Amino acid sequence: MSIFKKGRIAIGVVAVGAVVALAGCASGDPTAPETASGGDSGDAIVVGSFAFPESEILGEIYAQALEAQGFDVSTKFNIGPRQQTIPALQDGSINLIPEYNGNLLAYYDTEYTERTTEDVDGALGDAVAKDDLVVYKSAEAEDKDAYVVTKEFADANGLKAIGDLTKVEPFSLGANPQFGELGYGIPGLKSVYKVNDVTFVPIEDFGGPDTVKALTDDTVQVADIYTTSPDIKSKDLVVLDDPENLISAQNVIPLLSSKIASDELEKALDAVSAKLTTDDLIDLRERVEGEEKASANTAAKDWLEKAGLL
Amino acid sequence: MNLFVSAIQWILDPANWVPGSQSPLPIQDRLAEHLLYTFVSVLIAAVIALPLGFYIGHTGKGRQFVISFTGAMRALPTLGVLFFLTMVLGYSMVSTTANFVGTMIALVLLAIPSILAGAYAGLESVDRQTIDSARASGMTEMQILTKVEIPLSLPLIIGGLRAGVLQVIATVVIASYVGLGGLGRIIASGIGLNDYDRILGGAILITALALLIDGVFAVIQRLTATPGVGSTRQTEKQSLRRRAPGPSTTVGTPLQERES
Amino acid sequence: MNWFLSNWELVLELTLNHIRLSIIPIIIGFVIAVPLGRLAITGRTARGIIITSTSLLYTIPSLPLFVILPAILGTKVLSDINLIVALSIYAVAIMVRAASDSFASVSPDVKQASLAMGYSRWQQFWKVEFPLAGPVLLAGMRVVSVSTIALVSVGVLIGSENLGYLFTNGKQRGILEEVGTGIIASLLIALVFDLILVLLGRILLPWSRSDKKSQSASAALQLQIKAADAA
Repeated sequence: MSIFKKGRIAIGVVAVGAVVALAGCASGDPTAPETASGGDSGDAIVVGSFAFPESEILGEIYAQALEAQGFDVSTKFNIGPRQQTIPALQDGSINLIPEYNGNLLAYYDTEYTERTTEDVDGALGDAVAKDDLVVYKSAEAEDKDAYVVTKEFADANGLKAIGDLTKVEPFSLGANPQFGELGYGIPGLKSVYKVNDVTFVPIEDFGGPDTVKALTDDTVQVADIYTTSPDIKSKDLVVLDDPENLISAQNVIPLLSSKIASDELEKALDAVSAKLTTDDLIDLRERVEGEEKASANTAAKDWLEKAGLL
Repeated sequence: MNLFVSAIQWILDPANWVPGSQSPLPIQDRLAEHLLYTFVSVLIAAVIALPLGFYIGHTGKGRQFVISFTGAMRALPTLGVLFFLTMVLGYSMVSTTANFVGTMIALVLLAIPSILAGAYAGLESVDRQTIDSARASGMTEMQILTKVEIPLSLPLIIGGLRAGVLQVIATVVIASYVGLGGLGRIIASGIGLNDYDRILGGAILITALALLIDGVFAVIQRLTATPGVGSTRQTEKQSLRRRAPGPSTTVGTPLQERES
Repeated sequence: MNWFLSNWELVLELTLNHIRLSIIPIIIGFVIAVPLGRLAITGRTARGIIITSTSLLYTIPSLPLFVILPAILGTKVLSDINLIVALSIYAVAIMVRAASDSFASVSPDVKQASLAMGYSRWQQFWKVEFPLAGPVLLAGMRVVSVSTIALVSVGVLIGSENLGYLFTNGKQRGILEEVGTGIIASLLIALVFDLILVLLGRILLPWSRSDKKSQSASAALQLQIKAADAA
């Protein structure tokens, strides 16, 4: 492998030199934050989002709400997983992103034991502080991972709670790839609910259309679909109860770089969090992902108007 | 370099090769899937592209059209094609079938241009005089094709297959985005879990697999070359041998023959 | 058409960014590959090292390369530089082979004649070799251009803003038209770039005009095969 390494690095280095030279004169893109803002707190606040529709809607809500309060805002949406968003917050490529308190805490401590909103939020402040990040108040709105089955399957097998899945072993479970290894996923299913005979089918779309389709056409019998999915209602799906609190709270919470933190910003974002409910999230997703195909921008604007924040 | 050392250690760790492990492990299962997808898609692409390429190369008919068409195929963004196909197929098939079929078609589309180009460029590279003398000696067109043209152009035909295989091996990675296996699944879970060992380890495995298969093709290409004729590799080597240390002579590849 | 009509501004913005992200690697590929390709014909050892190592680069899968680059280069994770460096690496991988073939195709007699006329080595390169290698270089650039534009879209998986966004967003929201629009826009960019390259060839290499268009196209197709034909 040594040739491969040397060759690649050498070319990489040469290429970088040339790229830096060229990128310097070629970067005419006003939306490129790394050249535009330089990470100074005085410049525009760059709002990021993850690469799935709900996150983009929430990013739009933050951006438009802040704009209405007189902040200078730009957006940089569709960023990959936390492996990308956290470094992007630290290096100033983005300054603010809508997060989920439980999964964010899991990023810092995969073994976290907090389950309620209060406990998770309490632990989260300290966890993100290590990376010079800040969280404000979380919203009531929650988008949780959930063990979901079709209604027919639930009725036929008398399934109400996750623990009932022992009755239908062996079965297949579809979810994002990391579900196979995270605490609330397959390992937790085994240790907390004693459901052992599971075939894990990774589906790379955040409980989106592919996951739902795999569930409805019986490729998998159980799926990890998030609780705000419009498909739960429209496809007649059943969310299994979680009496042992395997899955922690997943409230929407603004995560930002400490450099831009200010009282005015906190006030503006708290106002959004105070209004946002889980039903709102379901409605917003239905507009963007359902028949209407509204843009995230429009859906966010309508919600903010209705909430009296614009 | 610690990244690389650590990734290599990850690959060599026996714990990652235990049969029956939780996805994305064990490594050998993902390797086998990766090879299976590559083999199936290249095989289908070859069944379509080789006869077509032979026809064009032998008759010269439809050449212009096929060149433009395969040029456009190369411009297809495979990720988009993959999503488009799986969505369309998903309207009428169960998701696992739709995703598998869609992925195979996307990979077949990726492999066809190289294989097709190898086939017709190979046939075109055969000396006209050779073909004429075969015809004069009473061979049928089919005999000319199977006994003269294809054997003489085998190195270029295999070169086309080789390029197609390499492209497919590197691209199978995105199959995990529609729920299929392959080494891309290791990379995807590495990205999801912030685990560089898996991302880099997966990439190294794919590159190593590509190099291994490329080496096998190189050997086949060398073995199939007719001594002294039609072989890119051999003429090249001979001319290089002759050349040193004076000014270089023309390298006798079909590409230059056509250009000069 | 509904989706496109209400989102054409997004499509335009992504298309422009896609073009910007493609142009730089195509140019870098050319600038780095030409000297390497010329160096490769100076002797057997040089050729072996250069051609083998650059075609190894071509086998690195793109997605993990995009993800790993910030850790190697020390760049920001969302920086366009990561994508541009990765695409430049692939462009070099394809182009070096084409460049070396192009210089090898220049007749040694012509080169001898130019030296006899009193040209220095430097003049010989710029006034004789480089122009004569032009048609094959152009064929290589056409392959680089097409494959770079197609590859840019994978960058969306690491947060790059380009037409690939229409693929992931369209899939998640179940909008087939959005995915289709992305594919068509990407094909159109590739077509326009190809026409520009052909036109540049006509202007800069007027002596090769007698070459039938098909010849250069077929040469372009062969280059891809030859890119793999090295290790």
